Amino acid sequence: MTRKIVIDPVTRVEGHGKVTIHLDDAGNVAQSRLHIVEFRGFERFVQGRPYWEAPVLVQRLCGICPVSHHLSGAKAMDVVVGAGTGDGLTPTAEKIRRLMHYGQIFQSHSLHFFHLASPDLLFGYDADPATRNVIGVALANRELATQAVLMRKYGQEVIAATAGKKIHGTGAIPGGVNKSLTAEERDRLLKGDGGPLNADQMVAWSQGALAFFKDYYQKHKAFIDNFSKFPSNHLCLVRKDGALDLYHGVLRAVDAEGRRILDDVDCQDYLQHFREEVKSWSYMKFPYLKKLGPEKGWYRVGPLARLNVVDFIPTPLAQKEFEEFKAATGGKPNDMCMHTHWARLIEVLHAAEKMRELLRDPDVLGNDLVVRGARRPEGVGIIEAPRGTLFHHYAVGDDDLIKMANLIVSTTNNNEPMNRAVNYVATTYMAGQKEITEPMMNAVEVAIRAYDPCLSCATHAYGQMPLDLTLVDAAGAVVARRRKN
Amino acid sequence: MASFVRFTLDGKTCLAEEGAQLVAAAREAGVYIPTLCNYPGIPPKGACRICTVLVNGIPQTACTTKVVEDMNVATTTPELEAFRRSVVEILFAEGNHLCPSCERSGNCELQALAYRYRVTVSNFPYLFPKRDVEAWHPKLVKDHNRCIQCKRCIRGIHNAAGHAIFAFGKRGDKVVINIDPDTSKDIDDELAQRAMDICPVGAILRKGKGFDVPIGRRTYDRAPIGSEVRP
Repeated sequence: MTRKIVIDPVTRVEGHGKVTIHLDDAGNVAQSRLHIVEFRGFERFVQGRPYWEAPVLVQRLCGICPVSHHLSGAKAMDVVVGAGTGDGLTPTAEKIRRLMHYGQIFQSHSLHFFHLASPDLLFGYDADPATRNVIGVALANRELATQAVLMRKYGQEVIAATAGKKIHGTGAIPGGVNKSLTAEERDRLLKGDGGPLNADQMVAWSQGALAFFKDYYQKHKAFIDNFSKFPSNHLCLVRKDGALDLYHGVLRAVDAEGRRILDDVDCQDYLQHFREEVKSWSYMKFPYLKKLGPEKGWYRVGPLARLNVVDFIPTPLAQKEFEEFKAATGGKPNDMCMHTHWARLIEVLHAAEKMRELLRDPDVLGNDLVVRGARRPEGVGIIEAPRGTLFHHYAVGDDDLIKMANLIVSTTNNNEPMNRAVNYVATTYMAGQKEITEPMMNAVEVAIRAYDPCLSCATHAYGQMPLDLTLVDAAGAVVARRRKN
Repeated sequence: MASFVRFTLDGKTCLAEEGAQLVAAAREAGVYIPTLCNYPGIPPKGACRICTVLVNGIPQTACTTKVVEDMNVATTTPELEAFRRSVVEILFAEGNHLCPSCERSGNCELQALAYRYRVTVSNFPYLFPKRDVEAWHPKLVKDHNRCIQCKRCIRGIHNAAGHAIFAFGKRGDKVVINIDPDTSKDIDDELAQRAMDICPVGAILRKGKGFDVPIGRRTYDRAPIGSEVRP
């Protein structure tokens, strides 16, 4: 009997998606798919708007990491207003934008690890859903939960100080920024107001989070190493010297063996190297490297991919952790899906170090905020968002109105890997099983969650969402149904 | 020497210069009457009706009414406040006012009045009209989606020869305020900025300028509309 399993919607991710798994007569996985069932349309309705509105308008794609879209849009419009292709801004403008971005990375990664992923780690993916949630985490580990809330708050305060408000600010404008920090704002973020919200404490708590994960890893090594492990290509921006740089750089990709399959590509040339495939069953496209084609050219983005691609991390504490991370695979690319959480926490530490470094830099108090040059008809802005490489590309007419927009969002880049992850779990946990249990369903979601997908950006809701799973026979009759609210 | 008249404003006896506009006289007396189409220094029009008050019990627009001796004015009855809220709601429903991505957010008088009257959603059906963005001018963009046709730009912005640079086009519910290609030909940056500033909403924008003032330092971030008038 052919069976169809539907997980709709997927929970503890940002956005709405569903999973379908078809089992054949023998109970083997015939087909598995992650469907993105929402449609946004920002690429269309930004058309016809004045170009300077783009960074403010497109960030409404997301309430979790609007800064990423805000900065990608602004970087693309820097090119349009002749402010260079990433290195033309004033030191104050670039450092304020970087501070905003590292605040975003810090808060978004903290949100994901503590609020969305940690319940699966603390209690196990097969624990009772009544306790396997953020409230359960708060009750079981009060200190961890408090730190999680305050780490996210700190990141949001950094964003508010640089962008004007915590969510959907206006700080980045074409050619620069509209504000720098006052000495009071700088001192408050650097030293705190006598409380824990200071730069040193964030570094210390980031180290604590890493220690928490590594302790968990030692106790659950088999699960962390083997769950949803499969080889892939990896893509990210790197600084010219190969360092991790989440704000700007050149594009580099490596294959599963660590060989460079794309290197030193200028962001403005991305279209020569990338293509997107459309499939009828999802609103999310499937990007791939043009020269390798859709079958072999798909890749991972995000924390795991970044640490697989870069040569080093330019902050000392994170670099030390990076060396330990690399040693776990003998320097080869790491294809262990759950190691994404490890990589993400190393980036949290890096972001904390970078924020402290930037806050100590007198340039963030400067007044030289905007540069302009010769107008150009097109601009590409690429950034390493928390979830991975984010592409914004705009064409602007002589009348200053946007003619074309193309966005390849981080989660879109991870479309194929997430589908492979679903297939892995379905094949490993569900194939041949007569009864589909709640832990099996959650295992699918655990695999997807490792990518921290933002489904709304990719084509955003976290909360109490129902999970529906239906077993249907070949004739379409419902054989069994499980639902959680 | 100016002569003064005595009038009653919300039950209090006040003095005003003879012939003074009621909006300005009330402001002098510490009473805020909201306005949208009114702008200091240009002739009043009475177009938006939001300044409607009761003069001797009869509804009248305060921007077009001059204070006379023994006039009895009520500015803030529950009915008038409900009426003003409706005016704001109608304007939001009639155009496409998308504050989140609008350059004038925080500096917009319509948005500020919506906050004052606690308008979270219009009670009138949204028309979502299909309107153009006029961007042919080298210095200005006219976004017809946001225009409330208050005519402040027509009345207040003139070129060096004294000709208006904005003019009505079309008629009835299709009416638009366009940039006049002839009279606006040689405007300088200063006049373009004045055109942007005179617009109470985000319908007139200077090209290449946007979001220059950070959140927290915009006009209505600092203080709500009307709060500058102190009794």
